[in-house]
Amino acid sequence: MHIPDGYLGPATCGFFYVVMLPIWTAASRIVKKTLKARQVPMLAIGAAFSFVIMMFNVPIPGGTTGHAVGGVLVAILLGPWAACIAITVALVVQALLFGDGGITAIGANCFNMAFVLPFVGYYLYKVISYNSPLNSNRRVIAAGIAGYVALNIAALFTGIEFGLQPGLHHTSTGQALYCPYGLNVAIPAMLGEHLLVFGWVEAIVTALVIKYLQKQDLSLLGAQEEELI
Amino acid sequence: MKTTTKLWIGLAILIILSPLGLFLPEHFKAGDAWGEWGAEGVKELVGYIPQGLEKISSLWSAPISDYAFKGWEEKPLVNLSIAYIVSALIGILVCIGVVFLLGKFLSRKD
Repeated sequence: MHIPDGYLGPATCGFFYVVMLPIWTAASRIVKKTLKARQVPMLAIGAAFSFVIMMFNVPIPGGTTGHAVGGVLVAILLGPWAACIAITVALVVQALLFGDGGITAIGANCFNMAFVLPFVGYYLYKVISYNSPLNSNRRVIAAGIAGYVALNIAALFTGIEFGLQPGLHHTSTGQALYCPYGLNVAIPAMLGEHLLVFGWVEAIVTALVIKYLQKQDLSLLGAQEEELI
Repeated sequence: MKTTTKLWIGLAILIILSPLGLFLPEHFKAGDAWGEWGAEGVKELVGYIPQGLEKISSLWSAPISDYAFKGWEEKPLVNLSIAYIVSALIGILVCIGVVFLLGKFLSRKD
């Protein structure tokens, strides 16, 4: 889901940097108000977890590869704004040091994976797990569903961004200047593979860790609840 | 043991297991992620390299491109795995460093 350099035209790249700027600003402001100093190690673990889980490329036999983002888990544990910051850090490090995702596409990639994904996942988890005890199975299922749906919505946005390019930028002979595939190809491709395989990976990872933390340390699951009250 | 300690250990295990992200795609003959082909890969798919893509795709030369050391691209999977593990370690350390730095500005004392 990491859009490389050269797939999005300048307008799209610029647009998403402009969109992300106020989101990053708001995230910093809100996290500054709510994040306690003792939670900083958890934020670091969140960023590191998201970074490394994205290295686990999962194959579709004979086809493409993809991966989980781990962002829904971070959002459930630390809130969507803190998750936005953690995932942004992971994505920027991936782009700058490892060329995974383009530097011109950092705005777009952050929009998809560090904004859409944690927010969709967080609120879906909230709604499904509403009023259920911290150690209930409903929480585990809610985490799984949130992971699955959020990764797919993020993939849908990525597909739309790819797919808009041939219409926005092409030569007079009709050759694309950037991503050569339109919406009719990009959306089914991105959404299809995530619905089929990668979404389940995000679901399982999110649900398993929540299940583990229920046994291990309920206070981590509750930390987010207190903040909101 | 504190939960955070266990989570750090979990991260270390993930670093060691990270080459699975190389071996599994290789074993199941899966190619690049959709939309993440190199310029030549695009040419194979659609018959030409989009002009803008050709220009911008080489804009940034990452120090550890694709989690592999420079010149190791053709090495066997075992070597690539080592590079992958080292990359995971470096990446995680940088992420942690950046977050702790941000944390100095963004967290409140409790």
